[in-house]
Amino acid sequence: MAMTGVLRPGFIQVRVLDMPAAVEHYTRRVGLHQVTEGADGRVYLKSAEEFDHHSIILRRAEQAGVDFIAFKVAADSDLDSFEKRVKDYGYAVDHVAAGEQPGVGRRIGFTIASGHRIELFAQAELSDPKPPIHNPDIWNLEPHGMAARRFDHALFYGPEIEKVLDFFTTVLDFKCAERVDMPDGLLAIWLTAGMKAHDIAFVKHPEPGKLHHLSFDLENWQAVGHAADIITRYDISIDIGPTRHGITRGQTIYFFDPSGNRNEVFAGGYTYYPDLPTRTWDETQIGKGIFYYERQLNPAFLSVVT
Amino acid sequence: MAGEKFTITLEGHGLASGFPHERVLVALERAQGFGQLKDLPLKLPVGCRRGGCGVCRVRVTQGDFHADPMSRAHVSAEEEASGLVLACCIYPRSALSMRLETPVVIKEKCRKAAQLSEEETSWP
Ligand code: FES
Ligand SMILES: [Fe+2]
Repeated sequence: MAMTGVLRPGFIQVRVLDMPAAVEHYTRRVGLHQVTEGADGRVYLKSAEEFDHHSIILRRAEQAGVDFIAFKVAADSDLDSFEKRVKDYGYAVDHVAAGEQPGVGRRIGFTIASGHRIELFAQAELSDPKPPIHNPDIWNLEPHGMAARRFDHALFYGPEIEKVLDFFTTVLDFKCAERVDMPDGLLAIWLTAGMKAHDIAFVKHPEPGKLHHLSFDLENWQAVGHAADIITRYDISIDIGPTRHGITRGQTIYFFDPSGNRNEVFAGGYTYYPDLPTRTWDETQIGKGIFYYERQLNPAFLSVVT
Repeated sequence: MAGEKFTITLEGHGLASGFPHERVLVALERAQGFGQLKDLPLKLPVGCRRGGCGVCRVRVTQGDFHADPMSRAHVSAEEEASGLVLACCIYPRSALSMRLETPVVIKEKCRKAAQLSEEETSWP
């Protein structure tokens, strides 16, 4: 197996102001399924295209935003080796016992320079619905809503992203697929643990720990158009799109969940191999990098976060 | 489009960076996208429209309304009671008067966020 260490984003815990509205949004509109509800009221969701127990956790809170993102690692022993590497780097590591979330094994967690909590886990039970694996049909349960296929990545906003870049590349073995450099320094980074154009991205921002968006993978551009139809039909708050990113090349829509957390659905993007160079953007073409068709940032891109 | 770079001053509003082979208006649009141009007759601050981001903050000076839940990162319960609300989360029950209280100063937001209960946003 060529992929070792961090494999991919596993799940993200999002704070919502109104749980029933959030569940309706993510299940009926985005197209996820509710796996279970925990005793503490957290709700666990997944796509029928995902095997692991869940990929989205909703937590009722007074403030919107993100609690943490967790990446799945290849082996349980990776948790020990990453714990050592993170500690050697100078960050405190804490432990979350198996079962703190249903179906998920032990986790380690730490806070990075941008103020975000990152977790790693190695084991997750399978849950239904999940893709068939023997003589598999395309699906057992037909897709609904926007037909999200997986929780794909998140974009976080916070300070000190030079340090975030160094941490992810030296400690977690991520690669930087793409970056934006402004005259006053590094503005944004797109980081990948595998062969997607990104698994997580960061934009420099004065407030720590902010969520710009969590993103779901769709099958193709036609599905992005269908998602746009759903957004209008159900009066979901739109940010921008359908459009395309120059960076990662994804075809995309940004919209907001009922608590104001930005969501993205997207299709496509290039394949990244670990030997590829980092693609770079400068101040003159950043508009095209973020929104390839509009060729400029919309006012919300740099300022609207939760 | 690297190479020589010129500062373009839009008097009374701010600075943009221009390049020899780029129309000045395109440079101004980019500067606007980065918020480098102030006091332009910009459209209303609109963000998530769902009470999470705080950019639509207003002070209601007159009238009745009802409100959806709004993120306490931007409006405390006391502030809400005093009429400081997110315009995207209120629904009129009478004629309303209000003024924009857009949270432009990020530092102020940081200070307020820090004041709010730590356990609310730190996990676990
Ligand atoms: S527009 Fe985001 S809180 Fe109103
Ligand atoms: Fe994205």
